Amino acid sequence: MSLFALLLLPFAGSLLTAVLPTRARTALAACAGLVAAVAAARVVSLYPQIRDGGVIRETVSWVPSLGLDLTLRVDGFAWMFALLVTVIGALVCLYARYYMSPDDPVARFYAFFLAFMGAMLGVVFSGNLVQLVVFWELTSVVSFLLIGYWHHHVDARRGARMALTVTGAGGLALLGGVLVLGHIVGSYDLDVVLGSGALIRSHALYPVALVLVVVGALTKSAQFPFHFWLPRAMAAPTPVSAYLHSATMVKAGVFLLARLWPVLSGTEWWFWLLCGAGASTLLLGAFIAMFQNDLKRVLAFSTISHLGLITLLFGLNSPLAAVAGVFHIMNHATFKASLFMAAGIVDHETGTRDIRRLNGLMRSMPRTGTLALVASGAMAGVPLLNGFLSKEMFFAEAVFLTAHPTVEVGLPLLATLAGVFAVVYSLRFGYEIFFGEPSTDLPRHPEEPPGWMLKPVELLVVACLVVGVAPSISIGPLLAAAARPVVGGDLPEYHLAVWHGFGAPLVMSLLAIVGGVVGYLWLRSHQRSGRLNETPFFERFNGRRLFESGLVTATRLARRALRLVSSRRLQAQMFTIIGVAILLALLAARGVPLVWGDRERLPASHEFVLLWVIGMVCAVGAAVMAKFHRLVATTLMGGAGLVTALTFLWFSAPDLALTQLVVEVVTTILFLLGLRWLPMRLHDPSRRTTMRDRVRRGRDLLLAVGAGAGLAALSYALLTRPAPQSISPFFLDRALPEGGGTNVVNVMLVDFRAFDTIGEITVLGAVALTVYALLRRFRPPAESIGRPQQQRVLPSDVVTDLVKPRATGERAGGYMMVPATIARLLLPFSFVVAAHFLLRGHNEPGGGFVAGLVVAIAYLTQYVFSGTRWAEGRAHLLPPRWIAVGLLLAATTGLGAVAVGYPFLTSHTAHFTLPLVGEVHLPSAMFFDLGVFAVVVGATLLILTALAHQSIRAHRPPAPNKRTEAS
Amino acid sequence: MEALLALVIGVLGGAAVWLVLRPRTFQVIMGLALLSYAVNLFIFSVGSLFLDRPPIVRPGVPTDLGHYTDPMPQSLVLTAIVIGFATTALFLVVLLASRGLAGTDHVDGPRGEP
Repeated sequence: MSLFALLLLPFAGSLLTAVLPTRARTALAACAGLVAAVAAARVVSLYPQIRDGGVIRETVSWVPSLGLDLTLRVDGFAWMFALLVTVIGALVCLYARYYMSPDDPVARFYAFFLAFMGAMLGVVFSGNLVQLVVFWELTSVVSFLLIGYWHHHVDARRGARMALTVTGAGGLALLGGVLVLGHIVGSYDLDVVLGSGALIRSHALYPVALVLVVVGALTKSAQFPFHFWLPRAMAAPTPVSAYLHSATMVKAGVFLLARLWPVLSGTEWWFWLLCGAGASTLLLGAFIAMFQNDLKRVLAFSTISHLGLITLLFGLNSPLAAVAGVFHIMNHATFKASLFMAAGIVDHETGTRDIRRLNGLMRSMPRTGTLALVASGAMAGVPLLNGFLSKEMFFAEAVFLTAHPTVEVGLPLLATLAGVFAVVYSLRFGYEIFFGEPSTDLPRHPEEPPGWMLKPVELLVVACLVVGVAPSISIGPLLAAAARPVVGGDLPEYHLAVWHGFGAPLVMSLLAIVGGVVGYLWLRSHQRSGRLNETPFFERFNGRRLFESGLVTATRLARRALRLVSSRRLQAQMFTIIGVAILLALLAARGVPLVWGDRERLPASHEFVLLWVIGMVCAVGAAVMAKFHRLVATTLMGGAGLVTALTFLWFSAPDLALTQLVVEVVTTILFLLGLRWLPMRLHDPSRRTTMRDRVRRGRDLLLAVGAGAGLAALSYALLTRPAPQSISPFFLDRALPEGGGTNVVNVMLVDFRAFDTIGEITVLGAVALTVYALLRRFRPPAESIGRPQQQRVLPSDVVTDLVKPRATGERAGGYMMVPATIARLLLPFSFVVAAHFLLRGHNEPGGGFVAGLVVAIAYLTQYVFSGTRWAEGRAHLLPPRWIAVGLLLAATTGLGAVAVGYPFLTSHTAHFTLPLVGEVHLPSAMFFDLGVFAVVVGATLLILTALAHQSIRAHRPPAPNKRTEAS
Repeated sequence: MEALLALVIGVLGGAAVWLVLRPRTFQVIMGLALLSYAVNLFIFSVGSLFLDRPPIVRPGVPTDLGHYTDPMPQSLVLTAIVIGFATTALFLVVLLASRGLAGTDHVDGPRGEP
């Protein structure tokens, strides 16, 4: 299995679990667990290749023009992280099988879970910094979904949103930092970046890159001052917390610090930024953790504190401290995952996580209690457990560090104090709930969980013990392999042993344990008497409130800005668009002055002038009449369209003229069909025109005149200047020899630009279907439901009994008999005309568009004169099939070229001789044009008949509004 | 001839802009139709004006822009005409639906009604 397959495996598993039955807990857990286990096994099998500092690389070209490749790169450190991600992932899958309730939609849970595992593996394996950021953001997004898994809880939604906002914003900062790094180095490849440490540290942009990268890491790892999201993320299901908030997601931040340690560390900036954040987080997290009463919140703040410790260790600029940091990443992941799981078990079995209510659980759940006790010992740093070893290394570093005097004195003090706090909260977690008088008022009767639920915890706790007792045998080689790349290849001298002799670090450890026990007893006695139940001092230093008020302010500002610069009124928007367009044109005219050229003018002819006098009158008339006299306006509009068509014909564009002519016909029919459903508007003499109306009209008129004048000037300048170079000779040259037709416009449509035409007919078909779908749900306005006056036998306001009963309520039959007959007789002739246009289209004016519209008009004429029922009773047109057949035909013609090895839509002309007919040239573009023809027929008919159908549909009156009825 | 065509484009465009700025949906749709005439003529005229030189290849005539009018703007405009019909149809139906639902033909629905 290649690295890419390994990376894709969890994502594939995610898709698979997403489609499995949503409540099949066992099957889903088995599936997800298997995926994680296979991934873990594969990771383990990579060990020999990376053990001695080897690096595995796999590359796939991504965006080569930007120097971006998809690179997967595994060295010892990435390997160690991948091991944590997959092994703990597999354990959590098993655990979640028993934790999640039968009512939870667990398919979603496992799908997100595996997707998260994939994203995390992506971060760890990335050999390219941009790729790393992409996966980094993916972890933020998927963790949002996981934290918000129980989305019916408001806490879960808010917690998820906060986590996403903070880590997502950090991800943006990281992206900035990575881009700066790439700018400095000239490559985003991790190996190149790792090899350019000196260059980066001496570059002027180093502080910028550093701050941005560090902000990314600190937000992800919940470091002060961004730590506030982590406790809120505890609203997630406990398996999620055990995975994301102990072993993976929050570790991504420190992963990044370690990854870039050889490049970015070793400077004052690095030292003060990371030590400052790390030390304050270490102390603050531990302090707040002591006062929490919710098991998971204790663990959350303890996680914050431990991550602070790791950050601090990386910040010390010492290789030995960095090794300790790597070691603590591993140790913390094991004991914290087991503690989260234990907290989940307690919650699951007792129904509460409140430390004040939980007591003496050792009697009812001895196995869980023992495991939790050992794991909290590791968290506190008790000897013979793994937490002790890395903490000891930290103490040693704190003592032997050579730095600023205040740091030299302060750091050991701070370390010991944090150690004391850690012992206190570990005792509160491990000791307080399991010992003492058993609680009697728990929501559920506590008992041991199913054996398989404890298995993951047992495994992790055994790992803590084994590492704690025999570190150099069990973890030594792994640690060496993992730490070597972090410190840049040469491991410092260190000894993994429980007993280092009696020295300052041991004294500090002992002090911490003794101080912790004393502190715990003191705190407990105070809390028993009702004091110190809240966190003293630091309750107010809460980033959450700041975050929320920031969010509210940002929303309010955005809303205000929107109100200021935008409008929901169409008229205002139109005014702005046109105004800005005119303004831009004026500005452009300052740069390139609008002057007339001296191209040879065409002499004006009287006929043409007269034609356009009519045309302009039509246009202006339509503009004036559109308010009250829609029929007149539609007619005038048709007049302007006809003149436009004639203009095309005049200036050597017969194809355009034909198309414009037939489109004009269908557009007019379209408007006529639509007019019926518009409200009647009559000029109301009683309504006075207000001043405001006048100002607005004046303003619009000014704008209209301005736009018209601008267009006229622009077009005059264009028409009088020398014609520019054009690519058209290419088309003129090739139309006959390569396109096989003499009508260049048609050859362009069906051959040179056929791809564009395919897009166009697709749009046409889509529009027709949309129109059809919209009209299916159409509810006409109340006053237009009745038959129009013209279709009634008797005017509706005449009261009489002299009416033939059969004719009552029916449409006035028998009118327009003569035109209907003529239209019927014309139908076959129209087909001949259409066939003529279609067949000659390649060489003479015509083509699929025109032919299709001619056929459509011929059918529509039948609708117009004989009525919808009559027409549909005799011809089954099925317009959607026309559209489908046409699109298929066009696409098949195009694909035919692909099938014989040419690019899509390459055309070919077949020449053969038929008896009687003679020589025949059959270009493949002909079939394409046939497809165009079919789509145009289908789309036009579908649009217009759907509209026509409205008048024969039995319209129900709109359903009564329930709300008004109730009131 | 050039001056006339420029004037025509200007008049069509001006009338269209006026209509597009009106408050009633029917006026706006009319405006868009007029605007498409103006713009189509404009694009078409970019290929310069020629009488009796349609872009249909005749044997023996050199294939250059001196003997044929420019086919490219024509093919662009041809597509534009058909697509223009489709968008007009779509807009008309949206207009009808909004009229049926909102009970008014004001572009902003009931809120725009004075």
